[in-house]
Amino acid sequence: MSNKTLQAIFDDDDVLLSAVKDLRAAEYHIEEIFTPFPVHGLEKAVGLPNTRIAIMAFIYGVIGFSFAVWMMNYMMIADWPQNIGGKPSFSFAENMPAFVPIMFELTVFFAAHLMVITFYMRSKLWPFKKAENPDPRTTDDHFMIEIAVADDVNALEDLLKKAGAKEIKIKA
Amino acid sequence: MSHYEASIREPLINGNKSYHDITVDVAAPVEGKANKKWWIAFTIALLAFLYGIACIAYTIGIGIGVWGLNNRVNWAWDITNFVWWVGIGHAGTLISAVLLLFRQKWRMGINRSAEAMTIFAVFQAGLFPIIHMGRVWNAFYVLPLPNALGSLWVNFNSPLLWDVFAISTYLSVSLVFWYTGLLPDFAMLRDRAVRPFQKKIYGLLSFGWSGRLKDWQRFEEVSLVLAGLATPLVLSVHTIVSMDFATSVIPGWHSTIFPPYFVAGAIFSGFAMVQTLLLIMRKVSNLEAYITRIHIENMNKVILLTGGIVSVAYITEFFMGWYSGSSYEDYTYLSVGAATGPYWWAFWALITCNFIIPQSLWFKKLRTNYVWSFFISIVINIGMWFERFDIIVIDLSRGHLPSSWTMFSPTFVDVGIFIGTIGFFFVLFLLYARTFPVIAQAELKSILKSSGDNYKKLRENNHEQ
Repeated sequence: MSNKTLQAIFDDDDVLLSAVKDLRAAEYHIEEIFTPFPVHGLEKAVGLPNTRIAIMAFIYGVIGFSFAVWMMNYMMIADWPQNIGGKPSFSFAENMPAFVPIMFELTVFFAAHLMVITFYMRSKLWPFKKAENPDPRTTDDHFMIEIAVADDVNALEDLLKKAGAKEIKIKA
Repeated sequence: MSHYEASIREPLINGNKSYHDITVDVAAPVEGKANKKWWIAFTIALLAFLYGIACIAYTIGIGIGVWGLNNRVNWAWDITNFVWWVGIGHAGTLISAVLLLFRQKWRMGINRSAEAMTIFAVFQAGLFPIIHMGRVWNAFYVLPLPNALGSLWVNFNSPLLWDVFAISTYLSVSLVFWYTGLLPDFAMLRDRAVRPFQKKIYGLLSFGWSGRLKDWQRFEEVSLVLAGLATPLVLSVHTIVSMDFATSVIPGWHSTIFPPYFVAGAIFSGFAMVQTLLLIMRKVSNLEAYITRIHIENMNKVILLTGGIVSVAYITEFFMGWYSGSSYEDYTYLSVGAATGPYWWAFWALITCNFIIPQSLWFKKLRTNYVWSFFISIVINIGMWFERFDIIVIDLSRGHLPSSWTMFSPTFVDVGIFIGTIGFFFVLFLLYARTFPVIAQAELKSILKSSGDNYKKLRENNHEQ
């Protein structure tokens, strides 16, 4: 592996998509793609594995639900089983309907917030994080592919030019 | 082009826009300077807000007795305004979450502002449960925190406690949903900024968003799951709010229809408020190419649908009042209760504003008319305030025991706090409109090729050849 990176800039998402397909067909390794908006079908074209963040959200939801059940059972049934307005506090099941709203809210609360925190951690996003897009135009209307290259870059440049790249830069 | 789109669909982005045009148009209000009209509006809102703060301080200093409440009508403007503001907040989540689940592309021009409206409205709503307490300084007792009173807990049977959980979950989830969606747009502003201070601020706000492929993949999954969570959340929140009344034993309140009926009312009033704000915003911020006639018409259709549901609920309530055979229900609804009692004017204001006038939206001419849409949206906001006022005050003023029948009239403090929340809402919204990207430009760019008028025309020409 050499440590050179080739940056190809495109100005259209459909051209980008077909260029990615060409690159994949020629078995180049795509390091990174920067886009201003989600280009549908791009992760499939690159062969990116699916994200598992929804699975985590489900697990977080289960945790939230369990916490709600544990909390209300402890406070209302185990710790102070009082008679409040004739509500049966002998067992959790008897007074369960009154606990449903909070069980639901805490499930959603845990699932949503922990998933978002997971997203921020996994994508490394936080308030003082420095932006890492190499070209500021990639948040406006340009698209950039980064490819790690060996010494011979001419073939790759030709392929990208033919695929419709507007600009090609090589960074050592 | 790889996009298939039925030609029957109207364009959602007008004016022959390119990706860069969208960036420029969305960034323009943020990068420009506020004009005189903005400062005038902001000053008025700020003064109203300050007056509201003074009224709140007065209430807390002197006591709840400065309000017009009495022993029988012990909830009135406070909870009316609370439910009204929560209801307004619901349209934002509806637009960003439910319409996302239904893959409605037209939501993209309006979701950012609708969500902002949600958050600012829930702020206002959140004030009331706190300031209507007799002892505000003990408000933290509602939280089940371990404490030195042998660990004295809260009672989880009360809908008012459910409210605490519902509103705080709703506000916090809406906030992260909104904020996560803002990251790519803040990044766009950061990368465009020329002034160092602005660059720093948007750099900070954008959390270093770089638009990587993997980030986008996760971003979309997170948005979808949050939408899936926010949809039942929005239904549950107003359901729980409605249970403040529905779980009581008061005739007129104790009703199983309240949860869906309140939710429908929330969407109804929320969309009306979105309509009010967007009709102004599209003009003021030059966003007519993105918030088009079709957006306004679609929102009017949602208003018409939910208004219909609410109207059916009114009829159901009346029918059940008669059908129940309970003299109290019958009395509340049909005798000197709502329609013919001392609050007849509030009742008929509700029927006129929510039931009769919105029916005009069946006509396409009126539905697509901006002035009429604006008028309707204001009328509904008033009507939905009366709905909550009627439910709360009329039912409380004439209860089981005739010896405790009474009337309610608000004091200047009741009114002042309400005015204050309206001022606060507009302070926040006006600041938002100057500093935030008011349209989710990243999302809008993803539908440009399917729904832009230029691309649609291109496709149609290709067909004819």
